[in-house]
Amino acid sequence: MDWSHFTPWSSLIGGCVLGVAASALILLNGRILGVCGILASVLRRDSAELPWRLSLLAGLVVAPWLLHALAGMWPAQLQLPAPRVPASWPRLAIAGVLVGTGTRYANGCTSGHGICGLARLSPRSAVATFAFMASGFGTVFVMNHLLFIG
Amino acid sequence: MASSPSSTATQVLTAFAIGLTFGVGLLLAGMTDPGKVLAFLDLVGPWDPSLAFVMGGAIGVAFLAFRHAVRRPRALLGAAMQLPTLRAITPRLVLGSLTFGIGWGLAGYCPAPAIVNLGVGQPQAVVFTLAMLAGTALFDALERIAPQRWIVRVPAKTAETH
Repeated sequence: MDWSHFTPWSSLIGGCVLGVAASALILLNGRILGVCGILASVLRRDSAELPWRLSLLAGLVVAPWLLHALAGMWPAQLQLPAPRVPASWPRLAIAGVLVGTGTRYANGCTSGHGICGLARLSPRSAVATFAFMASGFGTVFVMNHLLFIG
Repeated sequence: MASSPSSTATQVLTAFAIGLTFGVGLLLAGMTDPGKVLAFLDLVGPWDPSLAFVMGGAIGVAFLAFRHAVRRPRALLGAAMQLPTLRAITPRLVLGSLTFGIGWGLAGYCPAPAIVNLGVGQPQAVVFTLAMLAGTALFDALERIAPQRWIVRVPAKTAETH
């Protein structure tokens, strides 16, 4: 266990915020909050759905600024740690291609299948989530404990 | 459908607020920190189980909303309720998800956190996102060469919009 980085409370609260956002999109706009699908359809320029999708993506991009503006209001010990990015450039590129292609074949990613799908009790999404979790765990195991390149 | 527009000004503004909320949630949860994601995926190493709490919180809240949503023909702002209609568990679903998981495990980014990190101009997120868009384009190209490989043909209209 890595107790020094374990953040049960902020992760639980953050998770609930994700749930609120997914709930708002289905109840207000009648759409599933699946980020890779939204991104892919922007690339394809689907007409009627394009404005709200671009708008949602813009919200994602602006989020760190909002949090940064708010962060001045709470004490230093509650500040978010700086992100750690251990992957090399080639590995980032390969990973991106695999994520882009894989999520299209799967029709969903962590948000669409992992949050919305599981919340709908969809067996399809349960299979997808189990599969990407399993290969995620497997990949990290191979990198860190067999190849020692983590 | 003209009778149920999905991009009225209100819906577009709502989508912005929802994207903003989702991004803040990812930041608070630690999902935008690839090192933290990789620590979660490393069961054998110094394991950080935080992300299980993220999924638990998110699914718990959204479960209530979807229970209500399935009973409504229309969303509150007027658009038709679009819930996924695909039910089949196909090789395409499983192989796609396995591929996604490998990419997730290699770098620690899934799509939404990478886009959030674009907001702070994180160069690694830029490279990852460009590669992810290339991967999406690769899928489109593969679909033209070998359409619906690993699947029973599903009309585009009923495909899941994740």
